[in-house]
Amino acid sequence: MGALQSIPGHPEYSDLSDKTGFSFEQISVLHKRFKQLSHNEDTLHRDDLSAIPDLSCNPIRAQIIEAFFDQRNFSPSEEGTVEEIRFEEFLVVMSHFRPPRHSMSEEQRESVRKDKLRFLFNMHDTDNDGTITLQEYRHVVEELLSRSGALGKETAKSIADAAMLEVASISVGHMEPDEFYEGITFEHFLKLLSGFDIEHKMSIRFLNVDTTLCK
Amino acid sequence: PVLDLNYEHVQTPFEISLWVLLASLMKLGFHLIPRVSNIVPESCLLIVVGLLVGGLIRLAGEEVPPVMNAEVFFLCLLPPIILDAGYFLPIRPFMENLGTILMFAVVGTLWNAFFIGGLLFAVCQINPGYPLELHQLELLPCLLFGSIISAVDPVAVLAVFEEIHINELLHILVFGESLLNDAVTVVLYHLFEEYAGAGTVTVLDGFLGIMSFLVVALGGVLVGAIYGLLAAFTSRFTSHMRVIEPLFVFVYSYMAYLSAEMFHLSGIMALIACGAVMKPYVEANISHKSHTTIKYFLKMWSSVSETLIFIFLGVATVDGKHHSWNWVFVTATVILCLVARVMGVVGLTYIINKFRIVKLTTKDQFIIAYGGLRGAIAFSLGFLLDEVHFPKKDMFLTAIITVIFFTVFVQGMTIKPLVELLAVKKKQEAKRSINEEIHTQFLDHLLTGIEDICGHYGHHHWKDKLNRFNKKYVKRCLIAGDRCEEPQLIAFYHKMEMKQAIELVEKGGAKMPAIPSTVSMQNIQPKKAVPQERMLGQLSKGKEEEIRNILRTNLQRTRQRLHSYNRHTLVADPFEDGVILRKKNVMEKKVWILLNKTEIRNRQIFGFFFAYSMKPTADDVPTIHVDLASPQSPDSVNLVDELKKKSEPTSDADEGLVMRAPSQNRSEESDREQQKLMRCLSDPGPNADEDEDEPFLP
Repeated sequence: MGALQSIPGHPEYSDLSDKTGFSFEQISVLHKRFKQLSHNEDTLHRDDLSAIPDLSCNPIRAQIIEAFFDQRNFSPSEEGTVEEIRFEEFLVVMSHFRPPRHSMSEEQRESVRKDKLRFLFNMHDTDNDGTITLQEYRHVVEELLSRSGALGKETAKSIADAAMLEVASISVGHMEPDEFYEGITFEHFLKLLSGFDIEHKMSIRFLNVDTTLCK
Repeated sequence: PVLDLNYEHVQTPFEISLWVLLASLMKLGFHLIPRVSNIVPESCLLIVVGLLVGGLIRLAGEEVPPVMNAEVFFLCLLPPIILDAGYFLPIRPFMENLGTILMFAVVGTLWNAFFIGGLLFAVCQINPGYPLELHQLELLPCLLFGSIISAVDPVAVLAVFEEIHINELLHILVFGESLLNDAVTVVLYHLFEEYAGAGTVTVLDGFLGIMSFLVVALGGVLVGAIYGLLAAFTSRFTSHMRVIEPLFVFVYSYMAYLSAEMFHLSGIMALIACGAVMKPYVEANISHKSHTTIKYFLKMWSSVSETLIFIFLGVATVDGKHHSWNWVFVTATVILCLVARVMGVVGLTYIINKFRIVKLTTKDQFIIAYGGLRGAIAFSLGFLLDEVHFPKKDMFLTAIITVIFFTVFVQGMTIKPLVELLAVKKKQEAKRSINEEIHTQFLDHLLTGIEDICGHYGHHHWKDKLNRFNKKYVKRCLIAGDRCEEPQLIAFYHKMEMKQAIELVEKGGAKMPAIPSTVSMQNIQPKKAVPQERMLGQLSKGKEEEIRNILRTNLQRTRQRLHSYNRHTLVADPFEDGVILRKKNVMEKKVWILLNKTEIRNRQIFGFFFAYSMKPTADDVPTIHVDLASPQSPDSVNLVDELKKKSEPTSDADEGLVMRAPSQNRSEESDREQQKLMRCLSDPGPNADEDEDEPFLP
């Protein structure tokens, strides 16, 4: 939204804007935040993100931080993790959370959905093998319940098992007793969350990002 | 005299009961004639019934009873409906759309009131050359009339929208608007009433009006919230007196309503706030039966109230002495209402869409505009008008009734076909799955994290802060025992399990799998040899032993007696069947007690009971063999998954509960037995509660 005004001194913004879809104002605000987080350096490290005080009480903080350094989120073909990221990669990760535009066609909307679900999938699939195994899913649920102590651990296992069973039932349907369900593939994941309206749920309003108030 | 008639003695309660009976019978009747109830919404039918009854009374020569007096309506008929709505308000969508709802409720109603009032005044003033009674109508009464007629009515909206099953977003928008505009209506009503008495209006009065609005709205919410917290706190201590738990919910809410009305605050908002605030805490504290009681009582009362309201509307229409028909005024009102509504909705949506992520489409706007039904609240408010200050009261009432009839009949009847025609998204009946719940929570945390990284204190940040505050301080005060530590995911999971368990028991004999799949836990567990987990891992060892002992003793005793029982060949002796069942019942009850005593809901034990059945063994080793209940239904597998072992049962007594894969041939008797077992299990019976206090474990 908004007309593309070029901000003097930042010609690279237009490339970033094309690549990620943010407007110039949004990019400049996020750039300010990036510089704040990285203490005016050019690259961001994991410690910089861990140092954000508000993030400390988030149960899935480790995964969120990991997601920023996961190369699969930068472009679909890469793999592995990096130790530091530049502003461009920061912006690319953030672009996964842009709300869909009202005037999108069906295919665009579908690709936005896939994009966001891919991001979520990558967050769960920590060993990069393309499937979310039972162990990984258990880990996810455990992290979510990590604040409940011992009670959480046992129930987390049960919850993860039940969830896995559900996925298997929905995606595969019939399985012989000695077949083995390897894990949730991306297609199954898509099918699982098909009714979830993710393109609207997984969005942040970048309109009014005002970094002056926060640390 | 042996037999005497003394009607006056019982007159009032008798008449009330007759009306309630009539209302309920009518409701029954409509559902017996499905064709009519598909085309015509219930509310219309009820109004027609009211008309008929009123007509009959008039024909009989009697005076039509003034049933629709404002007191009865506001104090008795309205609260149950609103409480029902508030207690079961879906909080998440309501909060997500709160901005939109407030815009429609406040700004929309204000716009409607002034537009209708102002233009009506203009209409009345035209034709100066042709003196009409309308010319006597001043601006203020017109504005007051506008404010009465402009409010969307929650009762009517509920009645009509219930039947069209529209998608959640639209439902909550229109319904939320109808609830929240009460504050605006109350303020405008009292303001204009005062001014009409005073005669002149100044700017200061306008300013006071705005202040008054804030006080009314926020005050109402505050009163409701206080009573809600009180109710939640009280429910913390009711563990020994489960029977009166529902009473607290009802009485505190009604008191909230009355207290708010006492101070001329918005009673509806107080009631909504009370219900919404107390629900999460009360639900965590009360027993399952109390929860069911509350649910059914609320539904029952609100249903009867709604029916009565519509019937009374019909009766009051027939009551001729309050009517004065004036073509110009009435038609102008109806048209202006429609126009104002459409313009208001379109204009507001244009502004609102700039701030929403999920934009409102034209279809949505049409439904919102079309769903703006007026109802009995408008009529009662009109009834309350003072004749001295408002000489045109009768004309107002007629106009109000006409608008109500128009909206309820015309709009109510046509909205369903229009929804179909426009292919508006309907409500999704899909059950919440555990995966969606996990991901909802995950997304909440993810988005909060991203917002923190962005440095943006947005929605999610504040919601997260509120949740943490809630968890840390509020829950600790208001929720009894260790339930306050239970995170939402676990609570959801347990609820889901309970539901599945109950469903399974109900379907146990029918063999209708909900999910047509044969996927079971085996398929998911990694093939590598996992060290056999202790099946009862969550219980302490001592309790395990207890359970095992009980089961063993009971089983051994019965097994010894029925040594020759072979379910494949023998027809079960009914007497012995009974004995087995009784033993099973006793045992089930004991373990139910155990379950209730330990706060840990061990679903493995739970699951065990669905699978329990007698199996003959050749050897006398006291092993307990457990079978799966209905092999086809994967739900049963779901529950007993942790207990499932591969193929052969071990004969090691210390192994504890041993599971076997479902055998392929099951005879009829065992199925019957299963069914009986299921039925017994589904309701531990009234005695179970009494046994709760019995010290079971020494």
